[in-house]
Amino acid sequence: MSAAHTAIGTSHLVEAESSKRDSAARSLPPQTLLEWLRMMVLIREFEVRTMQAYQDRKIGGFCHVYIGQEAVAVGCTAAVEHEDPIVTAYRDHGHALARGMDPKYCMAEMFGRIGGCAKGKGGSMHMFDRDNNLFGGHGIVGAQTPLGAGLAFGTKYIDEVINGGRSQRVTLCFLGDGALNQGALHEAMNLAGLLNLPVIFVVENNGYSMGTSIHRGTTMADEITSKAIGYGMMSAQIDGMDVMNVYDGMKEVVDEARATSRPAFVDIRTYRFKGHSMSDPRKYRTREEEEVYEDDGPIAKAREYLYDQKLLDEDGFKAMSKEVRGQVRESIKWADASPPPDVAEELYKDVYVERWGPYNGTSEPEMLGEPGGNGEG
Amino acid sequence: MANITLVQAINLALVQEMEKDDRVMILGEDVGLNGGVFRVTEGLFKRFGKDRVVDTPLAESGIIGTSIGLAMSGLRPVPEIQFEGFLGPAYDQICSHAARMRTRTRAAFTVPMTIRVPVGGGIHAPELHSDSPETIYAHQPGLKVVMPASPYDAKGLLISAIRDPDPVIFFEPKRIYRAFREEVPEDEYTVPIGKARTVCEGEELTIVSWGASVVQCMQAIERTDASIELVDLRTIYPLDMDAIEASVKKTGRCVIVHEAPKTSGFGSEIAAQIMERCFLHLEAPVQRVAGFDTIMPYYKLETEYLPDADRIEKAIEEIRAY
Ligand SMILES: Cc1ncc(C[n+]2csc(CCOP(=O)(O)OP(=O)(O)O)c2C)c(N)n1
Ligand SMILES: [Mg+2]
Repeated sequence: MSAAHTAIGTSHLVEAESSKRDSAARSLPPQTLLEWLRMMVLIREFEVRTMQAYQDRKIGGFCHVYIGQEAVAVGCTAAVEHEDPIVTAYRDHGHALARGMDPKYCMAEMFGRIGGCAKGKGGSMHMFDRDNNLFGGHGIVGAQTPLGAGLAFGTKYIDEVINGGRSQRVTLCFLGDGALNQGALHEAMNLAGLLNLPVIFVVENNGYSMGTSIHRGTTMADEITSKAIGYGMMSAQIDGMDVMNVYDGMKEVVDEARATSRPAFVDIRTYRFKGHSMSDPRKYRTREEEEVYEDDGPIAKAREYLYDQKLLDEDGFKAMSKEVRGQVRESIKWADASPPPDVAEELYKDVYVERWGPYNGTSEPEMLGEPGGNGEG
Repeated sequence: MANITLVQAINLALVQEMEKDDRVMILGEDVGLNGGVFRVTEGLFKRFGKDRVVDTPLAESGIIGTSIGLAMSGLRPVPEIQFEGFLGPAYDQICSHAARMRTRTRAAFTVPMTIRVPVGGGIHAPELHSDSPETIYAHQPGLKVVMPASPYDAKGLLISAIRDPDPVIFFEPKRIYRAFREEVPEDEYTVPIGKARTVCEGEELTIVSWGASVVQCMQAIERTDASIELVDLRTIYPLDMDAIEASVKKTGRCVIVHEAPKTSGFGSEIAAQIMERCFLHLEAPVQRVAGFDTIMPYYKLETEYLPDADRIEKAIEEIRAY
């Protein structure tokens, strides 16, 4: 009765378009391309050290690394403006870094330290950065998608209803292929289509939802852009292993969404090189399959292009990698030095605007001693 | 007898019920090929095949809603939700349909479904992976809510739940999935739903608890010289108030321990019923040791949040000195 239990095999990726036509990315200043490469190397190094820190038990609970998907976050964030809101799911370290979060805040968050972007009270899945317009980092699969529609609604409302202008904003709402099957996404897409909300649903299609391959989890698995048709929105399919190609594909979609103030749906084909989380033996796929994707990873691809164009040489890349390693090492040092949240100070904080919440003493933390009055502002 | 963990006990119960009754089937995310996130359904896919151990898409509302339809067709679905935090998307199906179907149809249709859900904190996980929402479901008439604290009870209660003609939410305290082993009969047996267990007898004071907190209570009891009776609810709803009443009338003192936030936690209901039934026998006000009225914090604050032996011991001393 159920679908055959197949791994995605080796034909999940689509061919890059950039080699075939005029590429917007190619005409960008070399410095920009070098920055993209550097950011991908930073994310990779950050995640490698994250995995080590997890093994060393500095990070608790669940931890989902972004290794293999770097080109998606980097290419997508490059294709939008800094003021355009971004919201994503739990595999969010790459988006945080690409959006400009200092790695030390990201690392400290995972270490459960007060210096983290959510004061060490959120963890790996909860990256937030108001200054960089990153709205999370959310742990319930698919639940961020109506938020994405709402963020787009918000910017448009402010621009048009309150300020009486013509809105130029778009919102990027990232989701995994597993989230395609959550009801919330379909409600969000219908709303976005109906109300003309300029949100771009970016599916980071890595072929797996935990151990379930996309063919076992969703209909029209090879052609998920077909889902956009029913909700009246434009769509595109993009090779996600090539950062220049991600940029090119996204730029077109973003420009169109901006110009029309309408939603879009993008299927970015990528691959997560590691397990779903840190405790995943990956029995649902073969090492051969993994190797096919790893061999042609996004970092190698961008580096080769820059070598070919004589914009970078091996020494340059070595220097870049070394610098990045230093930066990540610093972030770990910084996170280590940051203290854990103080119980008395933080346990009750930020549940409500009032310091102790409106409880009138039903449940004060006993360790607080005299909590300084209930209902204090 | 087999010396097994709580995870193994649940696995054994599933195997035995599925062998016995081909109406019993499993649905959930990665429950088949991968054996579930906590490996509770390990081996079942191989043993019973893909039609009885169904890997579903990532869609909790769909999983529970479909299970309700299966149950209304006369089957005995045992859907798994990976963590208690993901009950959210399924809440509507559970509380608007499963719980009400018998009443709504005047018993023309019923929902003999058992929803298995790992619950609670203590594994260094973030919010939505550490919560204790048992009260939410105990407050919904039409549902039964079960939470074992030992491998023996887990097996016997799960078999009862699967055979129960009404919907049961079977919460599995993930902190003690593999924390200890216990001798469990290999043959099938049931532990009745709605009956508490007296873990140890005592004269001075009653502790009422459930789930992983029972283990914390046992640690606290070992530390004191007081004569303490520990009652493990095993079923949250229907509540075995007779057992609590008998114990509290004997001891005159009661401490209730649970992980969920204190305000409107299930301890509130128990305390109220103790007032109704045991008022003249009480030597001291009922005490509650619970989680705090905050979102379950991550990692570094988790141990402060969860009731531990220290906090329980403190409550014991306070109530004894009253
Ligand atoms: C509602 C809900 N159900 C289940 C989970 C557990 N879970 C976390 S990630 C995941 C798989 C998601 O896969 P996908 O959307 O493809 O993202 P990817 O991990 O590939 O980045 C599952 C089942 C969850 N977090 N939320
Ligand atoms: Mg995926």
